[in-house]
Amino acid sequence: MNPRAAMNLRAVWAIYRVEMARAFRTVLQSIISPVISTSLYFVVFGSAIGSRINEIDGISYGAFIVPGLMMLSLLTQSISNASFAIYFPKFVGSIYELLSAPVSYLEIIIAYVGGAATKSIILGLIILGTAALFVPLRIEHPFWMVAFLVLTAVTFSLFGFIIGIWAKTFEQLQLVPLLIVTPLTFLGGSFYSIHMLPGIWKTITLFNPVVYLISGFRWSFYGKADVSVGVSLGMTLVFLAVCIAIVAWIFRTGYRLRN
Amino acid sequence: MSSIISISGVTKTYATGFKALKEINLDIERGEIFALLGPNGAGKTTLISIVCGIVNRSSGTVTVDGHDIGKDYRAARSLIGLVPQELTIDAFETVWATVNYSRGLFGKAPNKDFAEKVLRDLSLWDKKDAKAITLSGGMKRRLMIAKALSHEPRVLFLDEPTAGVDVELRQDMWAMVRRLREDGVTIILTTHYIEEAEAMADRVGVINRGEIILVEGKAELMRKLGRKQMTLELRAPLTALPDGLSRYALELSSDGGQLTYTYDNQSDRPGVASLIRDLEAAGIQFRDLDTKNSSLEEIFVNLLRQEP
Repeated sequence: MNPRAAMNLRAVWAIYRVEMARAFRTVLQSIISPVISTSLYFVVFGSAIGSRINEIDGISYGAFIVPGLMMLSLLTQSISNASFAIYFPKFVGSIYELLSAPVSYLEIIIAYVGGAATKSIILGLIILGTAALFVPLRIEHPFWMVAFLVLTAVTFSLFGFIIGIWAKTFEQLQLVPLLIVTPLTFLGGSFYSIHMLPGIWKTITLFNPVVYLISGFRWSFYGKADVSVGVSLGMTLVFLAVCIAIVAWIFRTGYRLRN
Repeated sequence: MSSIISISGVTKTYATGFKALKEINLDIERGEIFALLGPNGAGKTTLISIVCGIVNRSSGTVTVDGHDIGKDYRAARSLIGLVPQELTIDAFETVWATVNYSRGLFGKAPNKDFAEKVLRDLSLWDKKDAKAITLSGGMKRRLMIAKALSHEPRVLFLDEPTAGVDVELRQDMWAMVRRLREDGVTIILTTHYIEEAEAMADRVGVINRGEIILVEGKAELMRKLGRKQMTLELRAPLTALPDGLSRYALELSSDGGQLTYTYDNQSDRPGVASLIRDLEAAGIQFRDLDTKNSSLEEIFVNLLRQEP
Protein backbone atom coordinates (compact mmCIF):
# COMPACT_ATOMS: atom_id res chain seq x y z
CA MET A 1 0.00 0.00 0.00
CA ASN A 2 1.36 3.35 -0.92
CA PRO A 3 1.52 5.27 2.36
CA ARG A 4 1.05 8.54 0.51
CA ALA A 5 -2.26 7.47 -0.93
CA ALA A 6 -3.79 6.28 2.32
CA MET A 7 -5.56 8.79 4.52
CA ASN A 8 -4.67 8.89 8.18
CA LEU A 9 -8.27 8.61 9.28
CA ARG A 10 -7.27 7.73 12.83
CA ALA A 11 -5.66 11.14 13.15
CA VAL A 12 -8.75 12.87 11.79
CA TRP A 13 -10.85 11.01 14.30
CA ALA A 14 -8.42 11.77 17.17
CA ILE A 15 -8.48 15.52 16.49
CA TYR A 16 -12.22 15.58 15.89
CA ARG A 17 -12.87 13.79 19.15
CA VAL A 18 -10.69 16.18 21.13
CA GLU A 19 -12.52 19.13 19.58
CA MET A 20 -15.91 17.70 20.42
CA ALA A 21 -14.75 16.84 23.93
CA ARG A 22 -13.77 20.47 24.43
CA ALA A 23 -17.30 21.56 23.56
CA PHE A 24 -18.76 19.24 26.16
CA ARG A 25 -16.19 20.32 28.72
CA THR A 26 -17.14 23.94 28.20
CA VAL A 27 -20.82 23.23 27.79
CA LEU A 28 -21.77 26.41 29.59
CA GLN A 29 -19.86 28.60 27.21
CA SER A 30 -20.48 26.72 24.00
CA ILE A 31 -24.12 25.65 24.35
CA ILE A 32 -25.95 27.29 27.20
CA SER A 33 -24.81 30.86 26.66
CA PRO A 34 -25.97 31.03 23.01
CA VAL A 35 -29.32 29.56 24.07
CA ILE A 36 -29.70 32.25 26.72
CA SER A 37 -28.75 35.03 24.36
CA THR A 38 -31.18 33.72 21.73
CA SER A 39 -33.95 33.65 24.30
CA LEU A 40 -33.10 37.25 25.18
CA TYR A 41 -33.41 38.26 21.53
CA PHE A 42 -36.85 36.71 21.45
CA VAL A 43 -37.95 38.43 24.60
CA VAL A 44 -36.67 41.82 23.43
CA PHE A 45 -37.20 41.76 19.65
CA GLY A 46 -39.84 39.10 19.38
CA SER A 47 -42.18 40.03 22.20
CA ALA A 48 -41.42 43.51 23.48
CA ILE A 49 -40.62 45.30 20.23
CA GLY A 50 -41.86 42.72 17.76
CA SER A 51 -45.42 42.93 18.97
CA ARG A 52 -45.51 46.52 17.68
CA ILE A 53 -44.04 45.60 14.28
CA ASN A 54 -46.27 44.53 11.45
CA GLU A 55 -45.86 41.24 9.71
CA ILE A 56 -43.07 41.14 7.14
CA ASP A 57 -43.86 39.31 3.91
CA GLY A 58 -46.83 37.83 5.72
CA ILE A 59 -44.70 36.36 8.48
CA SER A 60 -44.98 37.43 12.10
CA TYR A 61 -41.93 39.40 13.21
CA GLY A 62 -40.96 36.86 15.86
CA ALA A 63 -40.88 34.05 13.30
CA PHE A 64 -39.24 36.31 10.70
CA ILE A 65 -36.10 36.82 12.79
CA VAL A 66 -35.51 33.10 13.54
CA PRO A 67 -33.41 32.30 10.43
CA GLY A 68 -31.40 35.50 10.95
CA LEU A 69 -30.77 34.65 14.59
CA MET A 70 -29.64 31.15 13.66
CA MET A 71 -27.30 32.61 11.04
CA LEU A 72 -25.97 35.12 13.56
CA SER A 73 -24.98 32.33 15.93
CA LEU A 74 -23.85 30.04 13.16
CA LEU A 75 -21.45 32.62 11.76
CA THR A 76 -19.99 33.82 15.04
CA GLN A 77 -19.76 30.37 16.61
CA SER A 78 -18.26 28.71 13.53
CA ILE A 79 -15.61 31.38 13.39
CA SER A 80 -14.85 31.37 17.10
CA ASN A 81 -14.84 27.56 17.38
CA ALA A 82 -12.50 27.02 14.48
CA SER A 83 -10.23 29.98 15.10
CA PHE A 84 -9.79 29.09 18.76
CA ALA A 85 -9.25 25.40 18.00
CA ILE A 86 -6.19 26.10 15.86
CA TYR A 87 -5.01 29.25 17.65
CA PHE A 88 -4.88 27.66 21.09
CA PRO A 89 -2.31 24.94 20.26
CA LYS A 90 -0.31 27.60 18.43
CA PHE A 91 -0.45 29.78 21.52
CA VAL A 92 0.58 27.12 24.06
CA GLY A 93 2.99 25.45 21.62
CA SER A 94 1.34 22.05 21.56
CA ILE A 95 0.93 22.45 17.79
CA TYR A 96 4.38 20.86 17.46
CA GLU A 97 2.70 17.50 17.77
CA LEU A 98 0.26 18.12 14.96
CA LEU A 99 3.03 19.39 12.69
CA SER A 100 5.30 16.45 13.45
CA ALA A 101 2.56 13.87 12.94
CA PRO A 102 2.04 11.97 9.69
CA VAL A 103 -1.03 14.04 8.93
CA SER A 104 -1.82 15.79 5.65
CA TYR A 105 -3.18 19.31 5.46
CA LEU A 106 -6.42 17.96 4.09
CA GLU A 107 -6.80 15.77 7.16
CA ILE A 108 -6.05 18.67 9.50
CA ILE A 109 -8.72 20.73 7.75
CA ILE A 110 -11.31 17.97 7.77
CA ALA A 111 -10.75 17.36 11.46
CA TYR A 112 -10.71 20.95 12.70
CA VAL A 113 -13.29 22.40 10.35
CA GLY A 114 -15.44 19.30 10.74
CA GLY A 115 -15.30 19.66 14.52
CA ALA A 116 -16.11 23.37 14.48
CA ALA A 117 -18.88 22.97 11.92
CA THR A 118 -20.45 20.08 13.83
CA LYS A 119 -20.56 22.17 16.97
CA SER A 120 -22.18 25.15 15.28
CA ILE A 121 -24.70 22.97 13.46
CA ILE A 122 -25.71 21.39 16.77
CA LEU A 123 -25.94 24.89 18.18
CA GLY A 124 -28.07 26.09 15.27
CA LEU A 125 -30.48 23.22 15.83
CA ILE A 126 -30.64 23.99 19.56
CA ILE A 127 -31.50 27.60 18.73
CA LEU A 128 -34.13 26.38 16.31
CA GLY A 129 -35.58 24.24 19.08
CA THR A 130 -35.49 27.16 21.51
CA ALA A 131 -37.18 29.42 18.95
CA ALA A 132 -39.93 26.87 18.43
CA LEU A 133 -40.89 27.41 22.08
CA PHE A 134 -41.51 31.12 21.43
CA VAL A 135 -42.96 31.38 17.93
CA PRO A 136 -44.77 29.16 15.44
CA LEU A 137 -42.26 27.95 12.85
CA ARG A 138 -42.55 26.31 9.48
CA ILE A 139 -39.82 25.01 7.21
CA GLU A 140 -40.93 24.88 3.59
CA HIS A 141 -37.73 23.55 2.12
CA PRO A 142 -36.10 21.29 4.73
CA PHE A 143 -33.46 20.00 2.33
CA TRP A 144 -32.30 23.51 1.48
CA MET A 145 -32.53 24.55 5.10
CA VAL A 146 -30.07 21.79 6.03
CA ALA A 147 -27.96 22.53 2.96
CA PHE A 148 -27.61 26.22 3.87
CA LEU A 149 -26.98 25.31 7.49
CA VAL A 150 -24.17 22.89 6.66
CA LEU A 151 -22.70 25.01 3.90
CA THR A 152 -22.59 28.12 6.08
CA ALA A 153 -21.16 26.24 9.06
CA VAL A 154 -18.40 24.71 6.94
CA THR A 155 -17.61 27.94 5.10
CA PHE A 156 -17.34 30.05 8.23
CA SER A 157 -15.45 27.36 10.12
CA LEU A 158 -12.92 27.49 7.29
CA PHE A 159 -12.91 31.27 7.59
CA GLY A 160 -12.35 30.93 11.35
CA PHE A 161 -9.54 28.46 10.75
CA ILE A 162 -7.83 31.05 8.54
CA ILE A 163 -8.22 33.71 11.22
CA GLY A 164 -6.83 31.32 13.83
CA ILE A 165 -3.73 30.71 11.74
CA TRP A 166 -3.31 34.37 10.88
CA ALA A 167 -3.78 35.68 14.43
CA LYS A 168 -0.68 36.26 16.50
CA THR A 169 -2.49 37.53 19.58
CA PHE A 170 -5.79 36.94 21.31
CA GLU A 171 -6.73 40.46 20.35
CA GLN A 172 -6.32 39.73 16.66
CA LEU A 173 -8.33 36.57 17.17
CA GLN A 174 -11.29 38.66 18.34
CA LEU A 175 -10.75 41.46 15.87
CA VAL A 176 -12.30 40.08 12.71
CA PRO A 177 -15.39 38.55 14.34
CA LEU A 178 -16.01 41.67 16.39
CA LEU A 179 -15.28 44.40 13.88
CA ILE A 180 -16.39 42.77 10.67
CA VAL A 181 -18.58 39.73 11.07
CA THR A 182 -20.91 40.93 13.83
CA PRO A 183 -21.70 44.28 12.13
CA LEU A 184 -22.18 42.58 8.77
CA THR A 185 -24.57 40.12 10.35
CA PHE A 186 -26.61 42.77 12.11
CA LEU A 187 -26.70 44.86 8.94
CA GLY A 188 -27.35 41.80 6.80
CA GLY A 189 -31.07 41.60 7.41
CA SER A 190 -31.18 39.43 10.52
CA PHE A 191 -33.84 41.65 12.03
CA TYR A 192 -35.40 43.26 8.98
CA SER A 193 -36.07 42.75 5.32
CA ILE A 194 -33.72 44.80 3.18
CA HIS A 195 -36.78 45.97 1.26
CA MET A 196 -37.57 48.08 4.31
CA LEU A 197 -34.43 50.16 3.70
CA PRO A 198 -34.40 53.42 1.71
CA GLY A 199 -33.06 53.11 -1.87
CA ILE A 200 -29.38 53.91 -1.51
CA TRP A 201 -28.95 51.78 1.61
CA LYS A 202 -30.61 48.89 -0.09
CA THR A 203 -27.98 49.04 -2.83
CA ILE A 204 -25.12 49.33 -0.34
CA THR A 205 -26.49 46.37 1.60
CA LEU A 206 -26.20 44.19 -1.49
CA PHE A 207 -22.43 44.35 -1.07
CA ASN A 208 -22.77 42.64 2.30
CA PRO A 209 -22.23 38.92 1.72
CA VAL A 210 -24.16 38.01 4.85
CA VAL A 211 -27.34 39.35 3.21
CA TYR A 212 -27.26 36.45 0.79
CA LEU A 213 -26.76 33.85 3.49
CA ILE A 214 -29.64 35.13 5.59
CA SER A 215 -31.91 35.65 2.62
CA GLY A 216 -31.35 32.15 1.29
CA PHE A 217 -31.74 30.63 4.71
CA ARG A 218 -34.98 32.53 5.34
CA TRP A 219 -36.29 31.38 1.99
CA SER A 220 -35.80 27.75 3.07
CA PHE A 221 -38.10 28.48 6.01
CA TYR A 222 -40.82 30.66 4.57
CA GLY A 223 -40.34 30.61 0.82
CA LYS A 224 -39.75 34.39 0.82
CA ALA A 225 -36.40 35.98 0.06
CA ASP A 226 -34.83 39.41 -0.35
CA VAL A 227 -32.67 38.22 -3.22
CA SER A 228 -33.08 35.20 -5.44
CA VAL A 229 -32.12 31.85 -3.92
CA GLY A 230 -29.82 30.99 -6.78
CA VAL A 231 -27.80 34.15 -6.08
CA SER A 232 -27.73 33.30 -2.37
CA LEU A 233 -26.41 29.83 -3.04
CA GLY A 234 -23.94 31.16 -5.59
CA MET A 235 -22.56 33.76 -3.17
CA THR A 236 -22.18 31.17 -0.42
CA LEU A 237 -20.29 28.88 -2.76
CA VAL A 238 -18.08 31.75 -3.91
CA PHE A 239 -17.14 32.54 -0.32
CA LEU A 240 -16.49 28.86 0.32
CA ALA A 241 -14.24 28.75 -2.74
CA VAL A 242 -12.34 31.85 -1.58
CA CYS A 243 -11.75 30.28 1.84
CA ILE A 244 -10.58 27.02 0.29
CA ALA A 245 -8.18 28.94 -1.94
CA ILE A 246 -6.72 30.85 1.03
CA VAL A 247 -6.34 27.66 3.06
CA ALA A 248 -4.64 25.94 0.14
CA TRP A 249 -2.23 28.85 -0.10
CA ILE A 250 -1.55 28.77 3.66
CA PHE A 251 -0.71 25.10 3.50
CA ARG A 252 1.41 25.38 0.39
CA THR A 253 3.56 28.09 1.91
CA GLY A 254 3.48 26.95 5.53
CA TYR A 255 2.29 30.48 6.37
CA ARG A 256 2.55 31.08 10.13
CA LEU A 257 2.65 27.34 10.73
CA ARG A 258 5.99 25.98 9.59
CA ASN A 259 7.78 29.35 9.43
CA MET B 1 22.23 0.73 5.28
CA SER B 2 23.38 1.59 8.75
CA SER B 3 22.28 5.19 9.09
CA ILE B 4 18.66 5.73 10.08
CA ILE B 5 18.66 9.48 9.56
CA SER B 6 20.58 11.09 6.77
CA ILE B 7 20.80 14.87 6.61
CA SER B 8 22.55 16.37 3.64
CA GLY B 9 23.09 19.95 2.65
CA VAL B 10 20.35 21.24 4.92
CA THR B 11 20.21 24.99 5.39
CA LYS B 12 17.69 27.22 7.08
CA THR B 13 17.30 30.94 6.67
CA TYR B 14 14.38 32.44 8.55
CA ALA B 15 12.17 35.11 7.01
CA THR B 16 14.00 37.67 9.14
CA GLY B 17 17.16 36.82 7.19
CA PHE B 18 18.68 35.00 10.15
CA LYS B 19 20.75 32.08 8.94
CA ALA B 20 20.03 29.45 11.57
CA LEU B 21 21.70 26.55 9.76
CA LYS B 22 24.55 27.02 7.29
CA GLU B 23 24.97 23.62 5.71
CA ILE B 24 24.36 20.57 7.77
CA ASN B 25 25.52 17.11 6.76
CA LEU B 26 24.94 14.48 9.38
CA ASP B 27 24.19 10.78 9.56
CA ILE B 28 22.66 9.17 12.60
CA GLU B 29 23.39 5.48 12.94
CA ARG B 30 20.71 2.96 13.65
CA GLY B 31 20.32 2.19 17.33
CA GLU B 32 22.79 4.71 18.66
CA ILE B 33 22.44 7.44 21.23
CA PHE B 34 23.61 10.61 19.58
CA ALA B 35 24.14 13.77 21.56
CA LEU B 36 23.94 17.08 19.77
CA LEU B 37 25.82 19.60 21.81
CA GLY B 38 25.89 23.31 21.37
CA PRO B 39 25.38 26.58 23.14
CA ASN B 40 22.01 28.32 23.15
CA GLY B 41 21.04 29.54 19.71
CA ALA B 42 23.48 27.25 17.92
CA GLY B 43 20.74 25.69 15.78
CA LYS B 44 20.03 22.47 17.69
CA THR B 45 16.29 22.94 17.92
CA THR B 46 16.01 24.24 14.36
CA LEU B 47 17.75 21.13 13.07
CA ILE B 48 15.50 18.81 15.06
CA SER B 49 12.42 20.76 14.02
CA ILE B 50 13.34 20.34 10.37
CA VAL B 51 13.79 16.59 10.68
CA CYS B 52 10.47 16.28 12.53
CA GLY B 53 8.55 18.41 10.03
CA ILE B 54 7.83 21.40 12.25
CA VAL B 55 9.99 23.86 10.36
CA ASN B 56 10.45 23.96 6.59
CA ARG B 57 14.05 23.72 5.46
CA SER B 58 15.44 26.24 3.00
CA SER B 59 17.39 23.62 1.08
CA GLY B 60 18.86 20.15 1.36
CA THR B 61 17.40 16.70 1.91
CA VAL B 62 16.63 14.59 4.93
CA THR B 63 15.68 10.93 4.91
CA VAL B 64 14.44 8.85 7.81
CA ASP B 65 14.96 5.14 7.27
CA GLY B 66 15.17 5.90 3.56
CA HIS B 67 11.96 7.95 3.46
CA ASP B 68 12.31 11.53 2.27
CA ILE B 69 10.77 13.88 4.83
CA GLY B 70 9.15 15.90 2.07
CA LYS B 71 7.92 13.48 -0.54
CA ASP B 72 7.28 10.63 1.83
CA TYR B 73 6.48 12.55 5.00
CA ARG B 74 3.94 10.08 6.32
CA ALA B 75 6.37 7.19 6.42
CA ALA B 76 9.18 9.39 7.72
CA ARG B 77 7.22 11.09 10.48
CA SER B 78 5.48 7.96 11.70
CA LEU B 79 8.89 6.61 12.72
CA ILE B 80 9.73 9.62 14.86
CA GLY B 81 8.79 10.57 18.38
CA LEU B 82 9.61 14.08 19.54
CA VAL B 83 9.89 15.45 23.04
CA PRO B 84 10.30 19.20 22.69
CA GLN B 85 12.07 21.43 25.10
CA GLU B 86 9.06 23.42 26.27
CA LEU B 87 6.33 21.83 28.34
CA THR B 88 3.46 22.26 25.92
CA ILE B 89 0.42 20.15 26.66
CA ASP B 90 -3.26 20.86 26.38
CA ALA B 91 -3.74 21.63 30.05
CA PHE B 92 -7.37 20.53 30.21
CA GLU B 93 -6.92 17.05 28.82
CA THR B 94 -6.40 14.05 31.07
CA VAL B 95 -3.13 12.11 30.94
CA TRP B 96 -4.92 9.10 29.49
CA ALA B 97 -6.74 11.10 26.81
CA THR B 98 -3.70 13.01 25.68
CA VAL B 99 -1.53 9.90 25.36
CA ASN B 100 -4.18 8.12 23.31
CA TYR B 101 -4.68 11.24 21.22
CA SER B 102 -1.00 11.21 20.32
CA ARG B 103 -1.19 7.59 19.26
CA GLY B 104 -4.21 8.31 17.08
CA LEU B 105 -2.54 11.32 15.53
CA PHE B 106 0.26 9.06 14.35
CA GLY B 107 -2.24 6.71 12.75
CA LYS B 108 -1.85 3.81 15.14
CA ALA B 109 -4.80 1.69 16.23
CA PRO B 110 -5.70 2.17 19.90
CA ASN B 111 -3.78 -0.15 22.20
CA LYS B 112 -4.75 0.20 25.84
CA ASP B 113 -2.18 -2.29 27.09
CA PHE B 114 0.64 -0.45 25.41
CA ALA B 115 -0.54 2.93 26.64
CA GLU B 116 -0.73 1.50 30.16
CA LYS B 117 2.79 0.13 29.87
CA VAL B 118 4.15 3.49 28.72
CA LEU B 119 2.46 5.29 31.61
CA ARG B 120 3.62 2.70 34.13
CA ASP B 121 7.19 2.88 32.86
CA LEU B 122 7.12 6.62 33.41
CA SER B 123 5.42 6.36 36.82
CA LEU B 124 2.34 8.16 35.54
CA TRP B 125 -0.18 5.36 35.77
CA ASP B 126 -1.79 6.54 38.99
CA LYS B 127 -2.19 9.97 37.38
CA LYS B 128 -3.93 8.70 34.27
CA ASP B 129 -7.22 10.44 35.05
CA ALA B 130 -5.61 13.67 36.22
CA LYS B 131 -5.74 16.73 34.02
CA ALA B 132 -2.38 17.84 32.70
CA ILE B 133 -2.73 21.19 34.42
CA THR B 134 -2.62 19.51 37.85
CA LEU B 135 0.70 17.76 37.22
CA SER B 136 4.04 18.90 38.59
CA GLY B 137 6.76 20.05 36.19
CA GLY B 138 8.56 16.72 36.35
CA MET B 139 5.35 14.81 35.67
CA LYS B 140 4.52 17.07 32.73
CA ARG B 141 7.95 16.34 31.31
CA ARG B 142 7.31 12.61 31.69
CA LEU B 143 3.89 13.04 30.09
CA MET B 144 5.53 14.66 27.08
CA ILE B 145 7.79 11.62 26.84
CA ALA B 146 4.80 9.29 27.18
CA LYS B 147 3.09 11.11 24.31
CA ALA B 148 6.18 10.74 22.14
CA LEU B 149 6.48 7.03 22.96
CA SER B 150 2.76 6.32 22.58
CA HIS B 151 3.05 5.52 18.90
CA GLU B 152 6.08 3.25 19.25
CA PRO B 153 8.62 5.37 17.38
CA ARG B 154 11.89 3.94 16.08
CA VAL B 155 13.66 7.25 16.49
CA LEU B 156 13.25 9.43 19.56
CA PHE B 157 14.27 13.07 19.67
CA LEU B 158 14.79 14.54 23.10
CA ASP B 159 15.30 18.28 22.96
CA GLU B 160 16.97 19.37 26.18
CA PRO B 161 15.33 16.53 28.09
CA THR B 162 16.67 17.37 31.50
CA ALA B 163 16.54 21.16 31.46
CA GLY B 164 15.14 22.15 34.82
CA VAL B 165 14.72 18.56 35.96
CA ASP B 166 15.74 17.35 39.40
CA VAL B 167 18.51 14.82 39.94
CA GLU B 168 16.27 11.86 40.61
CA LEU B 169 14.16 12.37 37.52
CA ARG B 170 17.30 12.88 35.49
CA GLN B 171 18.61 9.50 36.60
CA ASP B 172 15.25 7.89 35.78
CA MET B 173 15.31 9.48 32.38
CA TRP B 174 18.77 8.26 31.59
CA ALA B 175 17.74 4.75 32.65
CA MET B 176 14.71 4.98 30.39
CA VAL B 177 16.81 6.12 27.44
CA ARG B 178 19.12 3.16 27.91
CA ARG B 179 16.16 0.77 28.03
CA LEU B 180 14.82 2.23 24.81
CA ARG B 181 18.17 1.81 23.16
CA GLU B 182 18.16 -1.84 24.17
CA ASP B 183 14.85 -2.14 22.33
CA GLY B 184 16.58 -0.80 19.23
CA VAL B 185 15.27 2.76 19.36
CA THR B 186 17.66 5.37 18.01
CA ILE B 187 17.92 8.35 20.32
CA ILE B 188 19.02 11.84 19.47
CA LEU B 189 19.27 14.25 22.33
CA THR B 190 20.27 17.84 22.39
CA THR B 191 21.75 19.31 25.46
CA HIS B 192 24.05 21.90 26.74
CA TYR B 193 24.70 19.82 29.83
CA ILE B 194 27.86 18.07 28.87
CA GLU B 195 27.51 15.55 31.65
CA GLU B 196 24.38 14.29 29.96
CA ALA B 197 26.22 13.56 26.75
CA GLU B 198 29.11 12.14 28.68
CA ALA B 199 26.86 9.80 30.65
CA MET B 200 24.74 8.56 27.78
CA ALA B 201 25.93 9.20 24.28
CA ASP B 202 27.66 6.84 21.92
CA ARG B 203 28.56 9.66 19.61
CA VAL B 204 28.68 13.38 20.03
CA GLY B 205 28.10 16.12 17.48
CA VAL B 206 28.96 19.69 18.25
CA ILE B 207 27.00 22.44 16.58
CA ASN B 208 27.87 26.10 16.80
CA ARG B 209 26.48 29.06 14.89
CA GLY B 210 24.53 26.81 12.55
CA GLU B 211 27.42 24.55 11.64
CA ILE B 212 28.35 21.06 12.73
CA ILE B 213 31.94 21.55 13.76
CA LEU B 214 32.62 18.02 14.88
CA VAL B 215 31.11 14.53 15.00
CA GLU B 216 32.99 11.91 16.88
CA GLY B 217 32.56 8.80 19.00
CA LYS B 218 32.49 9.94 22.60
CA ALA B 219 35.47 7.81 23.58
CA GLU B 220 37.56 9.00 20.62
CA LEU B 221 36.59 12.56 21.33
CA MET B 222 37.73 12.25 24.89
CA ARG B 223 40.91 10.59 23.78
CA LYS B 224 41.70 13.00 20.98
CA LEU B 225 40.78 16.23 22.53
CA GLY B 226 40.94 15.27 26.13
CA ARG B 227 43.62 16.86 28.24
CA LYS B 228 45.14 15.47 31.33
CA GLN B 229 46.02 17.49 34.30
CA MET B 230 48.46 16.66 37.03
CA THR B 231 48.41 18.62 40.25
CA LEU B 232 51.26 18.46 42.72
CA GLU B 233 50.95 19.48 46.35
CA LEU B 234 54.37 20.87 47.27
CA ARG B 235 56.06 20.30 50.60
CA ALA B 236 57.38 23.83 50.68
CA PRO B 237 55.81 26.77 48.82
CA LEU B 238 57.71 28.19 45.89
CA THR B 239 57.96 31.86 45.10
CA ALA B 240 59.04 31.29 41.50
CA LEU B 241 59.62 28.39 39.15
CA PRO B 242 63.18 27.35 38.54
CA ASP B 243 64.39 28.06 34.99
CA GLY B 244 65.03 24.40 34.32
CA LEU B 245 61.28 23.72 34.36
CA SER B 246 60.17 26.45 31.95
CA ARG B 247 59.62 24.03 29.06
CA TYR B 248 56.73 22.43 30.94
CA ALA B 249 54.66 25.64 31.14
CA LEU B 250 53.67 24.85 34.69
CA GLU B 251 51.15 26.88 36.61
CA LEU B 252 51.97 27.85 40.13
CA SER B 253 49.12 28.58 42.51
CA SER B 254 49.03 32.01 44.13
CA ASP B 255 50.13 30.69 47.52
CA GLY B 256 52.96 28.81 45.83
CA GLY B 257 51.84 25.50 47.32
CA GLN B 258 50.48 23.86 44.16
CA LEU B 259 51.88 23.10 40.75
CA THR B 260 49.59 22.22 37.85
CA TYR B 261 50.77 20.57 34.67
CA THR B 262 48.38 20.28 31.74
CA TYR B 263 49.22 17.93 28.88
CA ASP B 264 47.44 16.38 25.89
CA ASN B 265 47.35 12.66 25.38
CA GLN B 266 48.90 13.08 21.97
CA SER B 267 50.89 16.19 22.49
CA ASP B 268 54.55 16.57 21.85
CA ARG B 269 55.01 17.98 25.28
CA PRO B 270 57.32 16.00 27.49
CA GLY B 271 55.69 13.35 29.62
CA VAL B 272 54.95 13.18 33.29
CA ALA B 273 57.91 10.96 34.05
CA SER B 274 60.42 13.47 32.82
CA LEU B 275 58.72 16.26 34.74
CA ILE B 276 59.02 14.29 37.96
CA ARG B 277 62.67 13.58 37.25
CA ASP B 278 63.31 17.27 36.59
CA LEU B 279 61.44 18.29 39.74
CA GLU B 280 63.64 15.99 41.73
CA ALA B 281 66.75 17.41 40.10
CA ALA B 282 65.60 20.94 40.99
CA GLY B 283 65.13 19.86 44.58
CA ILE B 284 61.37 20.37 44.62
CA GLN B 285 59.56 17.83 46.77
CA PHE B 286 55.86 17.10 46.75
CA ARG B 287 53.50 15.60 49.29
CA ASP B 288 50.79 14.40 46.95
CA LEU B 289 49.94 14.10 43.28
CA ASP B 290 46.63 13.98 41.48
CA THR B 291 45.79 13.43 37.80
CA LYS B 292 42.47 13.79 36.01
CA ASN B 293 41.02 13.61 32.51
CA SER B 294 39.29 16.72 31.31
CA SER B 295 35.54 16.37 30.98
CA LEU B 296 33.56 16.79 27.78
CA GLU B 297 32.61 20.18 29.10
CA GLU B 298 36.17 21.40 29.03
CA ILE B 299 36.69 19.85 25.60
CA PHE B 300 33.59 21.59 24.42
CA VAL B 301 34.57 24.98 25.76
CA ASN B 302 37.97 24.62 24.11
CA LEU B 303 36.40 23.70 20.80
CA LEU B 304 34.18 26.73 20.83
CA ARG B 305 37.11 28.94 21.73
CA GLN B 306 39.03 27.75 18.70
CA GLU B 307 36.17 28.85 16.46
CA PRO B 308 36.96 32.10 14.70
